[in-house]
Amino acid sequence: MADFINGFWNAYVMGLVGLSLLFCLFVLVSNNKREKGPVELHGHVWDETLAEYNNPLPRWWLFLFLGTVIFAVVYLVMYPGFGNTKGALGWSSVGQYETEMRAANERYAPIFAKYQGMDVAAVAADEEARGAGKRLFVTYCAQCHGADARGAKGFPNLTDTAWNWGGEADTIKTTITGGRMGMMPPFGPSLGAEGVKDVANYVRSLSGLAHDSLRAQRGAEVFQQNCVACHGPEAKGTQAMGAPNLTDGDWLYGSSEATIMETVDKGRTNRMPGFGEFLGEAKIHLLASYVYGLSNKPAAK
Amino acid sequence: MAQSKHEFIERSVGWLIVLSLLTVSVGGLVEIVPLFFQKTTTTAIDRTGKPLNVKPYEPLRLAGRDIYVREGCYNCHSQMIRPFRAETERYGHYSVAGEYIYDRPFQWGSKRTGPDLARVGGRYSDEWQRVHLMNPRDVVPESNMPAFPWLQRPLKSDDIEAKMRALRTLGHPYTDEEIAGARAALEGKSELDAVVAYLQGLGTALSNFK
Repeated sequence: MADFINGFWNAYVMGLVGLSLLFCLFVLVSNNKREKGPVELHGHVWDETLAEYNNPLPRWWLFLFLGTVIFAVVYLVMYPGFGNTKGALGWSSVGQYETEMRAANERYAPIFAKYQGMDVAAVAADEEARGAGKRLFVTYCAQCHGADARGAKGFPNLTDTAWNWGGEADTIKTTITGGRMGMMPPFGPSLGAEGVKDVANYVRSLSGLAHDSLRAQRGAEVFQQNCVACHGPEAKGTQAMGAPNLTDGDWLYGSSEATIMETVDKGRTNRMPGFGEFLGEAKIHLLASYVYGLSNKPAAK
Repeated sequence: MAQSKHEFIERSVGWLIVLSLLTVSVGGLVEIVPLFFQKTTTTAIDRTGKPLNVKPYEPLRLAGRDIYVREGCYNCHSQMIRPFRAETERYGHYSVAGEYIYDRPFQWGSKRTGPDLARVGGRYSDEWQRVHLMNPRDVVPESNMPAFPWLQRPLKSDDIEAKMRALRTLGHPYTDEEIAGARAALEGKSELDAVVAYLQGLGTALSNFK
């Protein structure tokens, strides 16, 4: 339905539509003179003798045209279109959308409600719920975490047991609902190139990767002075701040010396957007259960 | 009688042109012109009259939008969520006309080889957008979107003020200070920065996602 800035435009549309319909009728009727007797010729002559009769439209064709005029009138009575009129059926595209949503809600709400009544571990063990969770996951999450949930460089793998922010059911829900913002400040300016390399070697030594032991020894001191506030004195990370555990062999960006040096030097900023407003609690419950189930296989208990 | 009028129109080219144009223009006069005088299509409100948080594009986003157009993103991505459950479940709240008042021209598009982008703002991190534009397959292995590695070059900034002034004559409420500071806002930015800024602002005017 239209909401014009003033009444003129309402009258303008009605006037033009009405005149057009009347004009169509006039043209159809005025060209439908059926006279008895010999049909007159058009007046054009080609090739000396070739002339054209001036017959009206065949009736069936005329009726089709008249039918379109009648259809237009009926349509404008039933549906919005004639200026500001709402139409006898009261139809609107938003109304149709809301009907569709209501029907879907009636059908799916009980299913969501059933799962919302179960705790995350139980939903994760339910095969049908896992199927629904997977479909939600590939629609909303796969773009970053991958269709197999194994992530990519900078986008966490959700199938392993390493969690930067925590892998408990409630924490996963919090993560999906509000998103996460991970920030490691750059240490290049304060540590200098050598210091960065030392600490990178120490970090590699923590998970048993090849390293220069002299540098690692120096790096350990640098680590104690600069990194423990977030990563902890034992480098096991702090989930409350999303500071990763550096000893578990799980790497978000990569474990090469060059990559770790880049991380220390320039820092990292990593954000997961929040989906609470968009998805709502019911879907997030299913999604959290699916993600929980990826690393907590019921069979492994 | 009617016959002779018909013949007169058919034989005088001037009348034929004028009357044909008049007939053809009725469709536009009825279906297009009234839209210029409708509140929901010309002001930042949703269909119930509630105000939307729509603002004219700030310089970086404006530059990003022009790159979006230049690279032909609209060939594969629409920016228009229709009011169907299948679309709103995936993309968010259906689009309303008031969201597009500062889009000249709008980027509704007509074909979706890739997903709709009308509400892509905030759906991914900036970092994801960067990685994805450099090489989409780094994050979405099954993607068939081309890579846009050349976007890393510096952003051209010398025409931004003229662009904003032109848009102001069309009714975008840029202030003199905003226009004066536009070039500084683009200083040191890459084309990639501009496109990401543009994408991250898309569709955020309607806060009630869904």
